[in-house]
Amino acid sequence: MSLGKIFIAAFLVNNILLMRYIGLCPFFGVSTAIDTAMGMSAAVFFVMILAAWVTWFLYHFILLPFNLVFLRTAVFIFVIASLVQFVEIFLKKSMRTLYSALGIYLPLITTNCAILAVTFLNIDYHHSFLQATVFAVGTAFGFALVIVLFAAIRERLDLAPISKSFKGYPIAFISASLVALAFLGFLGLFGLSL
Amino acid sequence: MITTALLTMGGIALLMGIILSIAYLKLAVKPNPKEEAIRKLLPGANCGACGFPGCDMYAEKLSKGEASIDGCKAIGNEVREKIAEIIGVEVKPTKPMIATLICQGGRDICPEHFNYDGVDSCRAAVLLHGGDKGCPFGCIGLGDCERVCPFNAIRMGNNGLPIINPDKCTGCGICVDECPKGVLKLIPKDKLVYLACNSQDRGKDVKSVCKLGCIGCTICIKVCPYDALRMEGNLPVMDFEKCTDCGICVHKCPTKSFVDRAPSRPYAIITPECDGCGECVKVCQFKAIEGESGKRHRVIRDRCIGCGECVKVCKPNAITMAGALAYQREAA
Repeated sequence: MSLGKIFIAAFLVNNILLMRYIGLCPFFGVSTAIDTAMGMSAAVFFVMILAAWVTWFLYHFILLPFNLVFLRTAVFIFVIASLVQFVEIFLKKSMRTLYSALGIYLPLITTNCAILAVTFLNIDYHHSFLQATVFAVGTAFGFALVIVLFAAIRERLDLAPISKSFKGYPIAFISASLVALAFLGFLGLFGLSL
Repeated sequence: MITTALLTMGGIALLMGIILSIAYLKLAVKPNPKEEAIRKLLPGANCGACGFPGCDMYAEKLSKGEASIDGCKAIGNEVREKIAEIIGVEVKPTKPMIATLICQGGRDICPEHFNYDGVDSCRAAVLLHGGDKGCPFGCIGLGDCERVCPFNAIRMGNNGLPIINPDKCTGCGICVDECPKGVLKLIPKDKLVYLACNSQDRGKDVKSVCKLGCIGCTICIKVCPYDALRMEGNLPVMDFEKCTDCGICVHKCPTKSFVDRAPSRPYAIITPECDGCGECVKVCQFKAIEGESGKRHRVIRDRCIGCGECVKVCKPNAITMAGALAYQREAA
C-alpha cells in the first residue's frame, strides 16, 4: 500500500476516534474547549510518532527474534511510559517552551489506548518503518482533526437549549455517533484491512 | 522460554531504569527553592483554573512574580497567605486596575436592529449576526460579565449596560476575557478620563446607530496638549502614562464619546498681578479668558473647564486654580 493511501486511511477512512472508537477518554475528556483539544492533539502527535518508532524497533529486533511476541502488550506499555517520562525530563531541561506548551498533556497521553492501538496496528498490518511512521502521523492528524472539530461542536452544545437529562455527556455521545456516521462515508474510498 | 522472557523483560526494565535515573541526575532542572515551596502548598489537582498548564507551571510563574496569587481558585485564604509570605518581597506593587465598559450605547442611545429572543447570554447572542445591538462593536447587554464576576462587582443597569462597582472590582480581568465584544477593558483605577467607544466603523456608520459613538474625527488628538492620544484604526487610543486627566478632549469631543469620572473640576482665577500679556488667551482652547492687552484679564467661569493650561504659561504667576480637582478616585 502506498504511503499516501496509508496516510489518508489513518487520517480519515479508519479514523482512530470515529471509526475505530479507540481513545474515547481524551475524546470526551478534553474536548470541552478548543484550546485544550489542541494541546492534547499536539501531545498525541508527539507521543504517537515516538511510540511507533520505538515499538517498531523493539518488536522487530527484540520480540520477534526471541520469539516473545506474546509479551508485546506489557513491553510496549512499559517502554512507552518510560520513554515519555524520559522525553519529559529532557524537554524540561532543554526545550522549555515545548515543555510548557505540551505541559500537562504529555504524561496524560502516555498510556492512552490510542497510542497503544497504533503500535499494535503497525504490527498487524506488517508496516515497514517508514509506513509505520506515516501511519502514526496520519492517525495523529486524524485524532487532532476530530477532537478539535468535536470541541467546536461541544462549545456550541453548551449554549444550545438541550433538555436537562441530555445535558453534558449524553448529548456529547449522541453527537459523536452522528459525526461518526458522517465519517462512515469515507469507507467508500478504500481502507486498511488485515 | 520463560528464562528468555524474564531476561528480556528484565533487561528492558533495567535499561529503562538506568536511562531514567541517569536522566534524573544529569538533566535535573535545579528547582527554585521558592518555586518548590509554593508547589508544595498548591493542591496539585492540575485543574488549570489559574490559566497555566498545571500546578508546576503556576508555581514557577508565581515564584517569578509573573502570576497573581488570586489565580488559584482551589486554595483557601490560609494557604494563600503562606504563599504570599514566600513570594513576599518579590511581589511588585502593581497599579490597581479597574474593569471599565468602553461603550455608552445603552438601549436608549444605540437601539437594537432586531429582536433577539434566544439564550440569555451575550456569547450566544453574538453567534446570531453579532448580536441584536445596532452597533456591531457595542455592548450586547445580556450580562455575561455580571454572571462571570467572582466578586459580584458588576450589575446590569436599566439601560442594558453593566455598572461596575469600583469598591468591589479587583481588576482580575475575568469579565474582560468573557466579553465576546471586547467592550470591557482594564484601565488604571485612578484614571478619570477615558474614551468610551469601541467602534471601528467609519464615522457615518457609527452616527447612524449610536448617538454617543466615536466618529474618528481626530479632534481629540489635535487638542491634546500632552500628545496622549493617537489613532489606531478608526478609534483614538489613549496612552494612560501621558494623559493627565486635564479633560480637554472630553469637552472638545463633538460626539461626547469621552467619559469624565471627575465629579467636579476647578476653575481659573486671575489675580491683580496679571500684566495682561495675553499668553493665557492664546493657550486657552475654550476662549474662557478675555481682556485688553496690558490690563488685567478675567476668566469666564462658564467656559473654563479647569484644564490648568493657562497656569503653566502665565509668567507673573497671576493665575491660580480654585476648587481642587475633586479626584473621586473610586468613581463609578
